[in-house]
Amino acid sequence: MQAQAPGSAGAAQGRPDYRWKRPQFFTNPYVRWGLPVAGLAYLLWAISTLSINWNRVSAGIPRAGRIFGNAWPPDFSRSNLIISGFTESIQIALLATALGLLISVPIALLAAKNIMPRGLHWFGRGIIIVARSFHPVIVAIIFVKAVGLGPFAGVLTLTVYSLGFVGKLLAEAIEEIDEGQVEAMRATGAGFIKVLLYAVFPQILPRQVGLSIYQLDSNLRASAVVGVVGAGGIGGTLMNSFRRFDYDFALAILLLIIAIILVSEAISGRLRSGLS
Amino acid sequence: MIRDPSLQELKRYNWRRFTPAQRMGRYVAYLLTVIALVWTIRGLDIYWPWVWDSPVQMADLFRRMYPPDFANMREILRVLMETINIATLATLLSLFFAIPTAYIAARNTSPHPLLVWVGRFILVSSRSVNTIIWALLFVAIFGPGAVAGVLAVAFRSVGFIGKLMAEAVEEIDPAQVEAMKATGAGPGKVLMYGIVPQVMPAFFAVTILRWDINIRESTVLGLVGAGGIGLILQGSIDMFAWRQVAAILIAIMVVVVLAEIVSAWLRSKVLD
Repeated sequence: MQAQAPGSAGAAQGRPDYRWKRPQFFTNPYVRWGLPVAGLAYLLWAISTLSINWNRVSAGIPRAGRIFGNAWPPDFSRSNLIISGFTESIQIALLATALGLLISVPIALLAAKNIMPRGLHWFGRGIIIVARSFHPVIVAIIFVKAVGLGPFAGVLTLTVYSLGFVGKLLAEAIEEIDEGQVEAMRATGAGFIKVLLYAVFPQILPRQVGLSIYQLDSNLRASAVVGVVGAGGIGGTLMNSFRRFDYDFALAILLLIIAIILVSEAISGRLRSGLS
Repeated sequence: MIRDPSLQELKRYNWRRFTPAQRMGRYVAYLLTVIALVWTIRGLDIYWPWVWDSPVQMADLFRRMYPPDFANMREILRVLMETINIATLATLLSLFFAIPTAYIAARNTSPHPLLVWVGRFILVSSRSVNTIIWALLFVAIFGPGAVAGVLAVAFRSVGFIGKLMAEAVEEIDPAQVEAMKATGAGPGKVLMYGIVPQVMPAFFAVTILRWDINIRESTVLGLVGAGGIGLILQGSIDMFAWRQVAAILIAIMVVVVLAEIVSAWLRSKVLD
């Protein structure tokens, strides 16, 4: 990447045996040559460890043709099922976003180094790490076992998902605030709560509004999949249609999911760019 | 010059945080939020006795998970390795599709304006379908197993890597491309010497970031039969082996956190 210093290049060009060489991305030759070798060795080893049934895989090509043949044209006729599934997904996403945003504020405060006493912030950070480590689908199957099938498990799942993501970014935003305003509030004799309300929250509010719009969009995406394990929404309808080899219905749902996600992404992007 | 306010003015002055218009705007926003939430809660098919019972049920579940049972550690480590392999292979595989798609989707390198839209369409469809839904499809086609998992993760990654790479290509400095053209270099040489060196850091950073995300995504593939640790997680849950479930969850968390640390470290290395 970095170009040679002009002086040294000029001096080198003076020599008759000079040949220009392309500057390398990896300046260390061991890394440059070691990386592809190690990569290839890894590739061979990794493929050999996956127990792959090649017969079954090669049977997949004609099978794919059959599946896509059955899927076309998409079947939108059972619109009441589709509408109720999507409504439920949207409701799950809305409720989970509201709950997640509400809970993320105290957790972000707990996790912010400049608000919490040193060491204690690891408690808040621990909650965020646990919430972020697990894919929503894993969280969903645990909640489905605990609170039963249905949208309530989906709401809980996406609440955990939201508080992990929003909590993390909000905690970072809190750590970056201007301490001057906090000090000014303290100088007027304000207590902890007043300092939060008048010095900390106004500074993180724009960030939180942006995050909440982003999270609503993410939750809408995720709400389409938590249904796969029985946590309500359109994902369940999709999963059932797959299980019944109802591929034309599945394709209809899939196309609608894509359309809704695109619309939601466009709205969310527009709103966020309007904010900043 | 700022005039000192008279005592009369000071008495009248009453500091308010928001102007009346701002306050009205806030009330409208609050009202809309409340309406949306009421519609949501009334509309959702929630069985309320289960909701009130849920803290007890959750506590009970966690009690049954304690202490985690690591007796099957060898098996857990084996499938964990498989999960990491699925994520890594899928990331590598996705590059084969993502790089050409990014090339045709970036406005400044695309051979034809029509191909820009083709490229964008491929990227958008890849991104809009969740990994688990891709997995459902590939399990139906290729049968249960790691092949379906690798393909599912790879197909979802194409959109992510391709979109960010196309943006990186569009943001390059055109002067270097022009300089290459001025020396009489053909399109291949312009690409190799004018464009590739400029997007190299972004390429590595995006790929490493996606690898980290893919590790997390690969942990759930097994739930639809596409290989990885999700399979034994589902098995343990179905058998109510909660102590083993706890061990698997801990193992997943350790790997995900480690992957995040490794990814952040590698990205800071390539980006400076």
